[in-house]
Amino acid sequence: MASEGEQGAQTSSEYIQHHLQNLQVCKDEAGEWVWNQCAGNLMTVNVDSMFFSVLLGVVFIWVFGKAARTATSGTPGKLQAFVEIIVDFVDSIVKDTFHGNSRVVAPLALTVFVWVFLMNFMDLIPVDWLPMAAAGIGIPYLKVVPTTDVNVTFGMSISVFVLIIFYTIKTKGVGGFVREMTMHPIAPPTRGAGLIAAPFIIAFNLILETVALVAKPLSLSLRLFGNLFAGELIFILIAIVGVWQLPLHFGWAVFHLLIVTLQAFIFMMLTIAYISLATEEH
Amino acid sequence: MDPNLTLIGQSIAMIVFVWFCMKFIWPPIMNAIEERQEQIAAGLAAAEKGQAKLEQSKAEAKGIIADARKQATGILDQAHSFANEIVSEGKSEGVKERDRQLAAAKADIEQEANRAREELRGEVSAIAIASAEKILQREIDAKQHEDILSKLAAEL
Repeated sequence: MASEGEQGAQTSSEYIQHHLQNLQVCKDEAGEWVWNQCAGNLMTVNVDSMFFSVLLGVVFIWVFGKAARTATSGTPGKLQAFVEIIVDFVDSIVKDTFHGNSRVVAPLALTVFVWVFLMNFMDLIPVDWLPMAAAGIGIPYLKVVPTTDVNVTFGMSISVFVLIIFYTIKTKGVGGFVREMTMHPIAPPTRGAGLIAAPFIIAFNLILETVALVAKPLSLSLRLFGNLFAGELIFILIAIVGVWQLPLHFGWAVFHLLIVTLQAFIFMMLTIAYISLATEEH
Repeated sequence: MDPNLTLIGQSIAMIVFVWFCMKFIWPPIMNAIEERQEQIAAGLAAAEKGQAKLEQSKAEAKGIIADARKQATGILDQAHSFANEIVSEGKSEGVKERDRQLAAAKADIEQEANRAREELRGEVSAIAIASAEKILQREIDAKQHEDILSKLAAEL
């Protein structure tokens, strides 16, 4: 709000740039940790993303853990009832989609859903509040929505990717995994003159299946990142327009509330679906 | 926007949170929910069973009451017939007793009468003999006519 006036000669594009810049710490060539001079450096940590994502994860663990500690099979308290609604919601989806028997998938889905929802929800805090408060205590950059950081969404989707491969190998064995990568979708001929074509078909299958496999975490993370990044960008743009931002912000926030919930749900749903695909025979 | 270490950090954070959720959050909540489901199911089943039992008891009670009523009627009937029997028995006993008394009295009377008749007969014969003696004292020797006299006495 009114940031143009307060931050001196900052132009609109500088304002947007500033909002899209992570607070970063990295190891430079001299081996020293430096702040915010990290373009192109792989040894970088986005401190703000990590801080908010871990903070929100801890909030999730704390609230749900509190409910779990005091959970009773008798008359539930209000917190327990609230937590149970979410747990039951996730549980019914997992039971509908995932037919294997796993102690991991349902808690994974619950964690992903609530955590991603909380991270997305940071988007609804007016875009200048936390960065300005941070500037007040000397932190130059602050991006408050972890899911607008492609590293965060990729970090989660890669964990899911590892789980996909783990479950594929667990249920079908290494041979089954290799077969899945090479014998589908076109079955190579096993005898006759067609045998000459078999290596090409296998190579073709391998390329196709690899693309399909890699597309899963890629689409999973980029979908979440894209939606939230775009939403955040629009909030920033709205913040530039002056007084008219108030109705605009309200309208977009109401709409964004839908996106926040929906994206968290989709992320959870696809996580379950991918793992369920990995554990089922074709 | 560039990929960097945050990616790994986020992966680790996710693994930790998921592990924590799997270990300490999901099982107790799920247990509580499932336990409550079982309790509610058991409660409903118990209520249903109770209802059925009530129905059954009602039917049973009805049967018992009907039985008791029947029994009571039977007892009443029996008592009536018993009473009748006693009364009729008493009656017949009375009649018998009366007959017996009557017969005894009759026999007594007869006996008495016979005895009186015997006495009377003796006395009459004695009187007759005495009067005949008196009449005949003059003309008849008692010894001579004794056989006739005794014949006469026997005839009387």
